[in-house]
Amino acid sequence: MTSLEIKQGAGVLQPNAVQERRQAAARRKRWFYLVLMGVALLAPLAVYPVFLMKLLCFALFACAFNLLLGYAGLLSFGHAAFLASGGYVTGYLLSTYSGLGTELGILAGTLASTALGLVFGLLAIRRQGIYFAMITLALAQLVFFIFVQAPFTGGENGLQGVPRGHLFGVFDLNNNLTLYYVVLAVFVFGFAVIQRTIHSPYGQVLKAIRENEPRAISLGYNVEAHKLLAFVISAALTGLAGATKTVVFQLASLTDAHWHMSGEVILMTLLGGVGTVFGPLVGAGIVVTLQSYLSNGPLGEWVHVILGLIFVICVLLFRVGIVGWVLKLARRNF
Amino acid sequence: MTIVFGIPLSVLLGQLLLGLINGTFYALLSLGLAIIFGLLRIINFAHGAQYMLGAFAAVLGFNYLGVNYWVALVLAPLLVGALGMLIERGLLRRIAGEDHLYGLLLTFGLALIVEGAFVKLFGVSGSSYPMPEQLKGGFNLGFMFLPTYRAWVVLAALVVCLATWFMIERTRLGSYLRAGTENPKLMQAFGINMPLLITLTYGFGAALAAFAGVLAAPIYSVTPTMGANLLIVVFAVVVIGGMGSIMGAIVTGLAMGLIEGLTKVFYPEAANTVVFLVMVLVLLVRPAGLFGKEV
Amino acid sequence: MKVFQKTACAMLASSLIAGAAQAQISDDEIRIGYLADMSGTYRDLSGPGGLEALKMAVEDFGGQVNGKKIVVFSADDLNKPDVGANTVRQWVDERNVDMVTGMVASSVVLAASKVVEQSGKLALISGAAASSLTNEYCSPNHIHWTYDSYALANGTAKSVLASGGKNWFILTADYAFGHAMEKDITKVVQSDGGKVVGTVRHPFPSSDFSSYILQAQGSGADVIAFANAGADTVNSLMTASQFGVAQSGQKLAGMVVFLNDIHAMGLDVTQGLMLTTGWYWDMNDESRAWAQRYYKRVGKMPGMVPAGIYSATTNYLNAIKATGSDEAQAVRTQMMATPVNDMFAKNGKIRADGRMVHDMYLAQVKTPAESKGEWDLYKIVSTIPGDEAYRPLSESACKLLPKG
Repeated sequence: MTSLEIKQGAGVLQPNAVQERRQAAARRKRWFYLVLMGVALLAPLAVYPVFLMKLLCFALFACAFNLLLGYAGLLSFGHAAFLASGGYVTGYLLSTYSGLGTELGILAGTLASTALGLVFGLLAIRRQGIYFAMITLALAQLVFFIFVQAPFTGGENGLQGVPRGHLFGVFDLNNNLTLYYVVLAVFVFGFAVIQRTIHSPYGQVLKAIRENEPRAISLGYNVEAHKLLAFVISAALTGLAGATKTVVFQLASLTDAHWHMSGEVILMTLLGGVGTVFGPLVGAGIVVTLQSYLSNGPLGEWVHVILGLIFVICVLLFRVGIVGWVLKLARRNF
Repeated sequence: MTIVFGIPLSVLLGQLLLGLINGTFYALLSLGLAIIFGLLRIINFAHGAQYMLGAFAAVLGFNYLGVNYWVALVLAPLLVGALGMLIERGLLRRIAGEDHLYGLLLTFGLALIVEGAFVKLFGVSGSSYPMPEQLKGGFNLGFMFLPTYRAWVVLAALVVCLATWFMIERTRLGSYLRAGTENPKLMQAFGINMPLLITLTYGFGAALAAFAGVLAAPIYSVTPTMGANLLIVVFAVVVIGGMGSIMGAIVTGLAMGLIEGLTKVFYPEAANTVVFLVMVLVLLVRPAGLFGKEV
Repeated sequence: MKVFQKTACAMLASSLIAGAAQAQISDDEIRIGYLADMSGTYRDLSGPGGLEALKMAVEDFGGQVNGKKIVVFSADDLNKPDVGANTVRQWVDERNVDMVTGMVASSVVLAASKVVEQSGKLALISGAAASSLTNEYCSPNHIHWTYDSYALANGTAKSVLASGGKNWFILTADYAFGHAMEKDITKVVQSDGGKVVGTVRHPFPSSDFSSYILQAQGSGADVIAFANAGADTVNSLMTASQFGVAQSGQKLAGMVVFLNDIHAMGLDVTQGLMLTTGWYWDMNDESRAWAQRYYKRVGKMPGMVPAGIYSATTNYLNAIKATGSDEAQAVRTQMMATPVNDMFAKNGKIRADGRMVHDMYLAQVKTPAESKGEWDLYKIVSTIPGDEAYRPLSESACKLLPKG
């Protein structure tokens, strides 16, 4: 169908072939997004909606993380802090002020992790590579300590029974299906922000910095400011994911703040493909599905071993990730 | 009685001594990590698992083969070291030259596999290991009761640390190692068998972790997760000391033990966190760590 | 008029009968979910062993009640509250599970029991220690079966006080559960004429306890109490033994110590330790017989948690048999009306706050010389009557209790 259109077009206008191909690719992409959106809208008919919501929250988390690792080349080992702070602030506000609209609660959680992201970023952004990873880890551990000590987090028990409330005072979010479409909207929003960022001139500069920092500096770009902005956006979207997750599960707990969570998001991103648009989505999908499938099955006791094996196989054979690998195949064959 | 900050001096002395004892564990573990990082540029996330394997080798050897403590102290590191060399040959070598991130992830995966399998096989309650007869009892130091075994831990760990330092800084093998850290290609061109050196280094780092594990077996409960909890602190120690710096790892390990010991007296809730606070502060002032070279 | 009244009565009665008929076994199956930590810290406390105990209970009913099949699902909560809550929610939404049991880590249980309450199902909690489950977090949809932190702290503290330890030093794990326990101990100690001379809160989890033990030694206390659990308690006890705490005349009191912990540490380290337990395999012929069956399947002797799971499930299935319904409130009412008499408890009763009150036992860990086998670990010193062991209703903040 599309190839036919190209031929017809070529006969009449004889435009630049490259541009034609680009347009065709854009059309394909649009179709792809439409199909994907359709699948996402119909998915709760076939799959358990709470599971889908969990998947979307983690997918957003992984996408936000990928913005930082894949496009700015910064490996943060402290993203759990943003996920948890978003969740705790939202959870605390929603359970304390019962009249508060859910949307305001989520907004407040997102703002809190944005602010935290700014603090982390200002402290860490000058460091590179492993030192950047380690300083973010250390800062996240300090935040973890605060969450353990602070009275409003409920310590080890966490915040339980957070009310889902109403969206804009109208939509009752206690209905799983209603909530699903809200979470989907949140995800699409977050995903769009990331896409917009990547494809903006700013995103191009970010990539240039990742590829060759000294050159970017010599071209007169303020490298640190660019990196910092990427870090803050990533933190904000991570907080949004955490806040949404709290509303879905009606709880916020220390699990989200633990450094294992920072490790898990690295696994998701790596598994799917670092620096690819859909990689984190696929990675999050696989990890979340695997965890819930394994924990319900007879293999439950082996869950850590299987995750470890996936890690090892992934590093040895699929360093570009699943989506990266598919893209590579596609490029070779088309 | 002299009082310092509201605490009797004698109590403070006791706490500092205990801190130092813990510090020797940190020193031993971070030393292994630092050596591996120095040559392989890999953050060895499997270090905690190797420490655990050392302790388990001692326990299993005792339970099933009747191997005594002193033999285990030699055998367990050799076994785990050999396993480490296999891992290096079979797995880590394949990703040499890739981003450091992959080494970290690969070893993290290995740690998950080993710890998961041990949980499945031996449960999580862990096992205890009998204190060797010769090291039972303790001394009364006047200000505290010091178990003989803890004194032995300090002695053994310090001797091993210093011997390692001596080997690396003062022997020919060590000079190869240091040169290899700086420029592996050049060393290869000089006819040094770099791949072998790398294998041996990883094996040695793993063996150090296992040695620490055997030392820990009689005093801590031996569980599959004993290393995972310790690992993240040891990382911090290595980073504070300066990645790859041998002396940095030893000195920082001891110092962190002391700082942690003091925290346990004045603000015990923060005992697990203080090391990260120090890490943030140090990295802000000295980005490459206390003893590290700016890259 | 009279006729009208009669018809109204008849209609009411028939609608009641219809209601009862509807509340029969949903989906013609009794569906039980087993939620526990199968791969992490609490694996040995309950985990796969608890599942085996549940299956034993089901098999003893021949896999069916009144001709309706019993189906068991199991899942690993990974000690994560969100995973636990999600699993239960999915069980309820997709499989219409009637009852959830196991339930170990407090944070997971609090999250999961919220879901159970919202969906109107029943949870029989065996693994968790938190006494808040029948206090501020009590609900008409769960029953706390085996033990709780209040009973353990209360039982052990009282007996140690009675044997002459007046000055206490408490080593507390720094999280909600540890704090609650510290409060419980302090209350018992003070009300019985003792004094708490010092406390120290250690991070959770910790590996090295020597510093805290030294502080406890220096405090001049007669008793060192451990308000922590699991590996933290194990390491505290081992360190205390190495630092010669017992030799210097100080007593040790472990608050949350399980059979598997003692087995792991060995009698050399733990001998003489006083502890409270809800059940011990070597108590009587019935418990021994059941424990032997369990041992053949699992290869370990059961602690109180698997035993509690078996007991709770058996009583649950009996209640279904009696009422012919698996509706949560019908079953709960029936269970509350029936005393618990089995290998686990004698004359146990379920209170309005959901607490299954039964006798607790004060046990002392045997010396290596006294022990006649790998699992011969406790001697039962005394029985603590259930009403004394558990938090009295007068002190409870449970919303289900009549006010005033």
